[in-house]
Amino acid sequence: MRCGDFKEDYIKDEEIFQSYFVKFWLTLFFIFLIIFPFIANYYMLYVANMIGFAIIGAIGLNLLTGFTGQISLGHAAFIGVGAYTSAIMITRLGFSFWLSLPFAGLVAALAGMIIGIPSLRVKGLYLCIATLAAQFIFEFIFVHWESMTKGITGIHIPPPRISSLEFTTEKEFYWITLFFVVLGVGYARNLVRSKMGRAFVAIRDRDLAAEIIGINLFRYKLSAFAIGSFYAGIAGALWVSFLKVVTPDHFPLFLSIQYLAMIIVGGMGSILGSIFGAIFMTLIPELLSYLSEIVKIYAPGNEEIFVPMKGVIFGLLIVLFLLFEPLGLAEIWNRIKSFFRLWPFSY
Amino acid sequence: MDILLQVIVTGLAAGGVYGLIALGFVLIYKATSVLNLAMGEFMTLGAFICFTALMQLSAPFYLAFILTLFLAFALGFVIERLILRPLIGEPIISVIMVTIGLGVILKGVMYMIWTPSFRSFPEIFPPEPLNLGFSMVPSGLLWGFIFAIIGTIIFLLIFKFSRTGVAMRATANDQQAALSMGISVRWIFALAWSFGAMASFIGGIVIGNITGISVYMGDVALKVLAVIILGGLDSIGGAILGGFIVAILENLTGLYIDPLVGGGTKEVAPFFILVIILMIRPYGLFGKETIERV
Repeated sequence: MRCGDFKEDYIKDEEIFQSYFVKFWLTLFFIFLIIFPFIANYYMLYVANMIGFAIIGAIGLNLLTGFTGQISLGHAAFIGVGAYTSAIMITRLGFSFWLSLPFAGLVAALAGMIIGIPSLRVKGLYLCIATLAAQFIFEFIFVHWESMTKGITGIHIPPPRISSLEFTTEKEFYWITLFFVVLGVGYARNLVRSKMGRAFVAIRDRDLAAEIIGINLFRYKLSAFAIGSFYAGIAGALWVSFLKVVTPDHFPLFLSIQYLAMIIVGGMGSILGSIFGAIFMTLIPELLSYLSEIVKIYAPGNEEIFVPMKGVIFGLLIVLFLLFEPLGLAEIWNRIKSFFRLWPFSY
Repeated sequence: MDILLQVIVTGLAAGGVYGLIALGFVLIYKATSVLNLAMGEFMTLGAFICFTALMQLSAPFYLAFILTLFLAFALGFVIERLILRPLIGEPIISVIMVTIGLGVILKGVMYMIWTPSFRSFPEIFPPEPLNLGFSMVPSGLLWGFIFAIIGTIIFLLIFKFSRTGVAMRATANDQQAALSMGISVRWIFALAWSFGAMASFIGGIVIGNITGISVYMGDVALKVLAVIILGGLDSIGGAILGGFIVAILENLTGLYIDPLVGGGTKEVAPFFILVIILMIRPYGLFGKETIERV
């Protein structure tokens, strides 16, 4: 029986896979992910894709907000920048989808760094307001820079392809999503145990102390913004390629709030938490629309109530998790795990 | 020239309305150091409550107004007790996020109760515009201006002279010192939320009167963030002055820059102003300079 958590050196403590059990279950989970598209229907695959994009975006926001402690209310704007960059490069410059992806990430990262500059001067509340302003400014640009973004009519994007193989359906796109999710999670998981990850956490916990022990705040705060926005840009580019169209309506303030809800519900400062949060917050609207379908059949005329329900539930989840479980689903998961591991001698 | 004067006068009047909402932000921030991002929804709720009292209960305006203020007081109290008090001492992101969550909840609940359809407010102010000789002021804006000035003066007097007001200032200054002088900081926090809710409810009624009411009318409160940053987060006078400046600048960009980029700049101008102020002078015109720089 494995009880307690003993580590004898730092290398052990920083290992990603802390035990053979983790490796075993992770392998099983990967096998499940690979056979999933063959057993799932199109709707399930659609949801799986949406969860994938949400995971990438949520990890980006978690690196910025959960690990570095820089509040961003403008995450949707960075997702939008990535999405538009990719769309414009594909349709105007004739880039392939694959080549446009890194550019989408880089342009979003650049936008993030520009918005991040005030973070060196202002923080907390003020930074939150600055990013909120960025959200509205970018929304304005998406709508009004018509020569570039085509305004509210949006841009249609051809599906990605490798020579003759086209990724049009949910099932084909699933492979792209899966690849980038695994890549993104792997990179983030390694980043947070590197020098940079530790610097991020130090800045979050006390920026003055961090500077005194030799962490260059300018460099690391901007890197946090850049990496967070890079993830957002990739998520945006994938998302709109999947939808095959991009319009300014895709990136409202509510999307930023939704991403913040994901990392709060999932657990701030935890990669696993971002994944949980992304899954949870993507499934809830789907569940609600499912419920509204049922209500439509059995009690027609009452399904209207489900439209505002999404907002109410999101808000309630944010408030309740902040009040009662500030570490989120990741912490609940840890508790359940240690309950079973230590059972029946849990103390 | 005429058009410029008209724009400035309209801006001044609209600035009064901004100032009123800004007052709600400032009252709460001053005592509790919390920026209430649910302010827009508070405003909408105020407008809807007053509207329902006027239409469904067919109450006279002064009764509806008093009822609204009373409910605002109760709402501020309840929200502070249930949601904000457990978060005292938590990191700032939790506090900000909880007010955002609160706003989303309120919006959804209002959507359920009053449906998203657009309504126009029954006429509560005399409809004649004020003729200044060189330009006209629409009645709604005029009354908003008057309400804002009256509200500001009342709150300023309360802060300056009443026992509660002095206690609030003391709490804002140093909570521990205030506690040791026998001030109930909890009571002050609750009171600050109630006052803030009252100011925003009045703002809601005034704006509802000008533009009509719908669930989405609270979005204007986000523009007011520019006002309070410009005026200084903890300055009541700054809130009102900031309201005038931002409203006039907004109207001027509407007049001069709209033709160049094809419209819509009025909506986004306050946010540009916001970013510029944050870069140059984050504590605003009259705010306390306590930002630590690293």
